Amino acid sequence: MRIHDHPILEFRRGPEIEFTFEGQVLKGYEGEPIAAALHAAGVRVLRTTPSGRARGLFCAIGNCSSCYVVVDGVPNVRSCTEPLRAGMAVSRQHGLGELR
Amino acid sequence: MTGTATAPLVEAAIIGGGPAGLCAALELARAGIRCLVVDRQHVLGGQLIKQTHRFFGSRSERAGQRGFEIGKQLAAELLQHDGVTVWLEGTAVGYYAEDRTLLVERDGALCRVHVEALILATGAAERALAFAGNDLPGVYGAGAVQTLMNVYGVRPGERAVMIGAGNIGLIVAYQLIQAGVEVAAVLEAAPAVGGYWVHAAKLARAGVPIMTSHSIVAALGTDQVTGVRATKLDAKWQPVQGSQFEVPCDLVCLAVGLSPLTELATLAGCQLAYVPELGGYVPWHDEEMQTTVPGVFVAGDAAGVEEASSAMIEGTLAGLAVVNYLRPHSQYAASRKRAAAQLAALRAGPTAERIRAGLLKLSDHRPRLAGTGGEGK
Repeated sequence: MRIHDHPILEFRRGPEIEFTFEGQVLKGYEGEPIAAALHAAGVRVLRTTPSGRARGLFCAIGNCSSCYVVVDGVPNVRSCTEPLRAGMAVSRQHGLGELR
Repeated sequence: MTGTATAPLVEAAIIGGGPAGLCAALELARAGIRCLVVDRQHVLGGQLIKQTHRFFGSRSERAGQRGFEIGKQLAAELLQHDGVTVWLEGTAVGYYAEDRTLLVERDGALCRVHVEALILATGAAERALAFAGNDLPGVYGAGAVQTLMNVYGVRPGERAVMIGAGNIGLIVAYQLIQAGVEVAAVLEAAPAVGGYWVHAAKLARAGVPIMTSHSIVAALGTDQVTGVRATKLDAKWQPVQGSQFEVPCDLVCLAVGLSPLTELATLAGCQLAYVPELGGYVPWHDEEMQTTVPGVFVAGDAAGVEEASSAMIEGTLAGLAVVNYLRPHSQYAASRKRAAAQLAALRAGPTAERIRAGLLKLSDHRPRLAGTGGEGK
């Protein structure tokens, strides 16, 4: 769901790179927020609460805590502000996340 | 946290690199005062970076320019000055008034910065609304959708329902159309459109129904939004029996107002006043934008939710006041008067009535300063 033709904006994107989400290889642009790449790939459920409800992106500016994911084993990463890097292993966070 | 970062030698810090913070920093930079700008994003500009509509007002408020262009210009101008340090991807997590120490988290390290003056330009947060399923993926703040579309070029869904017909709701609904998203309806609980007619007219021309006296009852779906249930409201804002209907959509945008981000002001010990017209709790401040804590100033939405044009002038006012606070000088009164007059002109119209009422209320809340640390530097 990338926007290619916009009446006002031109999007300057970083190089296309690969990362994984729940073990599946996805493509995104380096430096964009993880959540943007996931949305572009059609992924909107980013975590589940301790009571099991699905949560996704809400504020997109690092303010709320709705979009937490686990990145390379580190929980509570704000996917709306964390820049995407090649090779990142991203997964849904279930519950409060565990510190290793 | 690992390690500590080196603190820059600065006299003042500005928290937030949006329209207010950038304009405040510019005044300090022009006066040759070394300052630090902290912002948690990876780019300066705050919410200007996603604003694609042209600004109103007069030339002095950069009318006719688009928000993201203004943000770029302000940032570029600021970076031309020596003595300005910008910390991006940094979060100000505390301020200790007793020894004027600011605490910033950045690059996994905590850094202490001593400052003689602090400007809080932290902006605002989008409000949520109580309805069933409001936590479902697919329910977003309107600003979040704007960020996805206009900054990162990602379409947030296929079919949207916008809740709220204030300026943000109207503008973002139009921007959704520009991004190729169908807007099924705009629901507004009030009996009339709250935003400027020029924005509402654009939507009407695009065939989008703006349904006043209507609100959302529930977001439908189990793990993602599949639609909304809406209702008509009566004159007392109560749901009209039997008026419920469903609209299929995969995107619900909430444009129901903003609240000032006051966490840092609270940590700093600033007294807050509850002024609904300004968005809720706001740090009390005087005409010079100084809070009840000496040396701590506030500007922009953090001082009361308004718009980017007024945030820029408030930033200028706070910047001028801090320059004078650190280095009292004879030209201050004249330059302050100019900026204050510009702000008053911007708030003169009928759409700013609520803001004027809020500011009046705020001045009535003037705290008794004895024992609150309001004795001056």
